[in-house]
Amino acid sequence: MRTLLRTLAKPFTETAGLARWMLVIGLVMTSLFVVLAIFAPWIAPYGFAQASSGGVDFPKAGAPSGDHWFGTDRLFFDVYSRTVWGARTAIEVVILSIVICVVVGVPLGLVSGYYGGWLDRVLVLVMDAMFAFPSFLLAIVFSFLLTGLLGGTVLAVALSLSAIYVPQYFRVVRNTTVSAKEATYVEAARAIGASDFVIMRRYLLNNVVQSVPVLGTLNAADAILTLAGLGFLGLGIQSTDAAEWGHDLNRALADAGSGIWWTGLYPGLAIVLLVTGLTLVGEGLNETLNPTLRVRRLLPVVMTPREER
Amino acid sequence: MSFATSNEPTLEPSSEPVISARDVRVWYGTTRGAIRAVDGVSFDIAPGETLGLVGESGCGKSTLGRGLMGLLPPGAKRDGEVWYDGKDVLSMRAKDSYRLRGTDLGMIFQEPLTRLNPLLRISAHFEETIKQHEPGLSKQQVRQRALDALRQMGIPPTRYRSYPHEFSGGMRQRLMIALALVLQPAFIVADEPTTALDVLVEAQIVQILNDLRRNFRTSLLLITHNVGIVAEACDRVAVMYAGRIVEEGRVSDVFENPQHPYTRELLRSTISLRTTGLNFIPGSPPDLVDPPDGCRFHPRCPDAMAVCATRNPINIERPTGGRVECWQVGPRDQIPSGGTRPLKQEELAVADEA
Amino acid sequence: MTGSRSGSLPRYILQRVLLVIPMIWVILTLVFIVLRVAPGDPVSAALGGKLNDEALDQRREALGFNDPLIQQYWDYLTSVARLDFGTTFSDNQTVLHVVRDNGGATLSLTLAAFLIALLVGIPLGLVAGRYRDTFPDVAIRIFGILSYAAPIFFVGFLLQAYVAKPLGLPTSGSAGVETVYYMERDGLNRTHILLFDVFLSGNSYYIEDALKHLLLPAVTLGLLICGVFIRLVRVNILQTMQSDYVEAAEARGIAQGRVTRRHAFRNALVPVITVIGLQFALLLGGAVLTESTFNWPGLGQKLVEYINDRDYVAVQGIVTIFAIAVVLISLLVDIVNALIDPRVRY
Repeated sequence: MRTLLRTLAKPFTETAGLARWMLVIGLVMTSLFVVLAIFAPWIAPYGFAQASSGGVDFPKAGAPSGDHWFGTDRLFFDVYSRTVWGARTAIEVVILSIVICVVVGVPLGLVSGYYGGWLDRVLVLVMDAMFAFPSFLLAIVFSFLLTGLLGGTVLAVALSLSAIYVPQYFRVVRNTTVSAKEATYVEAARAIGASDFVIMRRYLLNNVVQSVPVLGTLNAADAILTLAGLGFLGLGIQSTDAAEWGHDLNRALADAGSGIWWTGLYPGLAIVLLVTGLTLVGEGLNETLNPTLRVRRLLPVVMTPREER
Repeated sequence: MSFATSNEPTLEPSSEPVISARDVRVWYGTTRGAIRAVDGVSFDIAPGETLGLVGESGCGKSTLGRGLMGLLPPGAKRDGEVWYDGKDVLSMRAKDSYRLRGTDLGMIFQEPLTRLNPLLRISAHFEETIKQHEPGLSKQQVRQRALDALRQMGIPPTRYRSYPHEFSGGMRQRLMIALALVLQPAFIVADEPTTALDVLVEAQIVQILNDLRRNFRTSLLLITHNVGIVAEACDRVAVMYAGRIVEEGRVSDVFENPQHPYTRELLRSTISLRTTGLNFIPGSPPDLVDPPDGCRFHPRCPDAMAVCATRNPINIERPTGGRVECWQVGPRDQIPSGGTRPLKQEELAVADEA
Repeated sequence: MTGSRSGSLPRYILQRVLLVIPMIWVILTLVFIVLRVAPGDPVSAALGGKLNDEALDQRREALGFNDPLIQQYWDYLTSVARLDFGTTFSDNQTVLHVVRDNGGATLSLTLAAFLIALLVGIPLGLVAGRYRDTFPDVAIRIFGILSYAAPIFFVGFLLQAYVAKPLGLPTSGSAGVETVYYMERDGLNRTHILLFDVFLSGNSYYIEDALKHLLLPAVTLGLLICGVFIRLVRVNILQTMQSDYVEAAEARGIAQGRVTRRHAFRNALVPVITVIGLQFALLLGGAVLTESTFNWPGLGQKLVEYINDRDYVAVQGIVTIFAIAVVLISLLVDIVNALIDPRVRY
């Protein structure tokens, strides 16, 4: 248990400089939003699509007050509650889309890298083309297609986001597989007659999954922004289905000129804080794990007085 | 590879040394504590003389070379004295010692491929180097200087405007040497200059280094783990172990009559035509964060005595010239009574674990 | 080793140009599969409810949607080769016409944003990397992370709420109504790119009006890319500052400032140029959001309109054009890169 903790803390204890603090601050910010997401029903005073309480209608676009800390918007919704519930939507979508990416990208990459041949070539070509395509446009196109098929649900949006990231997972897994399958232990496994499936599951998968969490962290920040972007364009989740920060900002934009700042400020800040947190974690991890960027924490050199020789 | 003219140099052993290091220490910071990579090293190099510095990997020989140049990673500290031209390089202001680089102190590195900027032509490397130190020269003069240096290294002037990646490994190393020589520094540190090269190219580079002292009277500190190169290209040799120079003297002298057990074992482990079996020194170099007490070689030394594990050996004159640090050689009168009994290595292993 | 002289540069460029064709083909195929095969029937999606069944079927027949898929695929490829990207359902314009009318606005927005990002991002990245872990580094990195983390429409919202009013800057459109009207009336819209046209007209009122409209959207979009540049330049500087050739230059006594400029900065900027190609893709995505935020009459805003109308032909056409633009830009980047970095030309 202690060794596990020590391994986990290694990026922190063995590095110096800014990177370790970025990591810590990022983790704190991110966990704050995870807590909001999990406990949203208890933290938020009202529902995300609740326009009245105890038979009393909320004010329309009411300024922040004791009853409504962040005010209310033009649909009579409580901005504070929607901001809290928004964390749940964001984290739901991101986790779902990462799961989809792993479920789709990892096996595809494994099979493609392991068998090679024309299947590999076609998949690489397709994935490269998807990767080269502007990712946000790709998300727009897919959500256009999927909301047509599935409606504006969390699943449809998560699938659209996966379309952006699957090529990345595919690429990493495929390249690791290609280099790992030449390793001696894989050759040995093949020599004693292990089937392809066993080799992939027992030997290659282990190798490959290590890179997945890093990729997941890096993509999470981008996924939050993309989700909000889709919501802003009205392609994501509808206001009444769930609270979504991007969509709230879309509605708030009309208020910007009329002095109603609270409808846009709070969901916007929520996005900025969560994305910043995730970015700090990603960059912090990168700088503490990447040997070319890492500043190792060195104990100060104190030269002892010379011994008589 | 031969040079146009070569007068046999008249080496006077008595002449003032170009560079003289006194008790130099270079320590690195790590996550565990300070690594005592160089821990009290002294040597002199006369004009036109080549001193070979040999030892296993990790004995501190590269650190010493870089320490002299001031090329140290953040967190490293150095002290002691390095006298050059009547001044102590280590106690100079950083700016002044930086000014010595290139013109007075040159450096040749191990990996010629990565040492040249891939985006700059060879001409740009030479021009910036010459112009930095002699801003008064005209374009034509700069070019002439560079082409001369290249020609001495056997690189045709037609390649002057090529990029580094267009050269072979051996040519790149000759480029690096030409770049170091173009300013005619009095002292050059060559850090494993042939390690990254194949054997034929290695011979060529050794020949070039060999000719340097004759043609330019350049003093050279040649750092290598290859005893054969020392035999071919050096006047004197210093054997380094665990941050200390344990034996130093004229090459023929030291190699024919090694005084220190480590020198002897190092020479025995070198493969030559007469080799009938492979020799190696058991064990590995000590952890320099916490080096062993007494002589640092005693845990691996076949001749270790009781005194070796407790007291630092004393630096004494070798019987045939040079210096050595080993209780086996002396001074006998300093060894406490009972200190000469052989050290049992098992005993030590137990002590290590405790 | 010695064979690759600068003479191989034209060959490299030719190879790279030829590679564009299969790349475009793969992307077109993807677009076709995603937008034509997957969704089923675009005609009823767009016009269902507006026309009766018979009329719908006529449209389907006319657009070739009743043909076998392979036939449709072939038609799509050949019409793209003829630069025919189809005619929109919702407002019955050719896609090329839409691109001509709106592409210029997107182009001027992205170029201006790109310029702002370069001018701000690269120097800041250089400073942050050179003075690692000092106060400027911390400040610049926080700025870089925030500018990436703040979504475009949120920055746009803040600018509209807090900056536009006090400075009297417009927040909608690419020029005032009068400018657009008079430019068109006087036949000054020569290039169909408003920003260029106002400069060509030489009329300082029009120029000022257009630049005022451009400022906030360009800053908003520029900030997004700026953060990416800062991060990228900084990391590259950190790596080149530790490189062997920088140390070797220092060992030759080259002055530290010179080493930093000539060896570290220069070499750090080369990979940045490569990544600029990818940033262009990011920029296009950002342009869609910026245009929606500032009601900027560009292709991105048009795309969102057509998406809301569920106009598959228009979406397909615009997406195809975006895709081709991205491939061509990456070609351009690679060529520029080959001119700068001699190692690329193998």
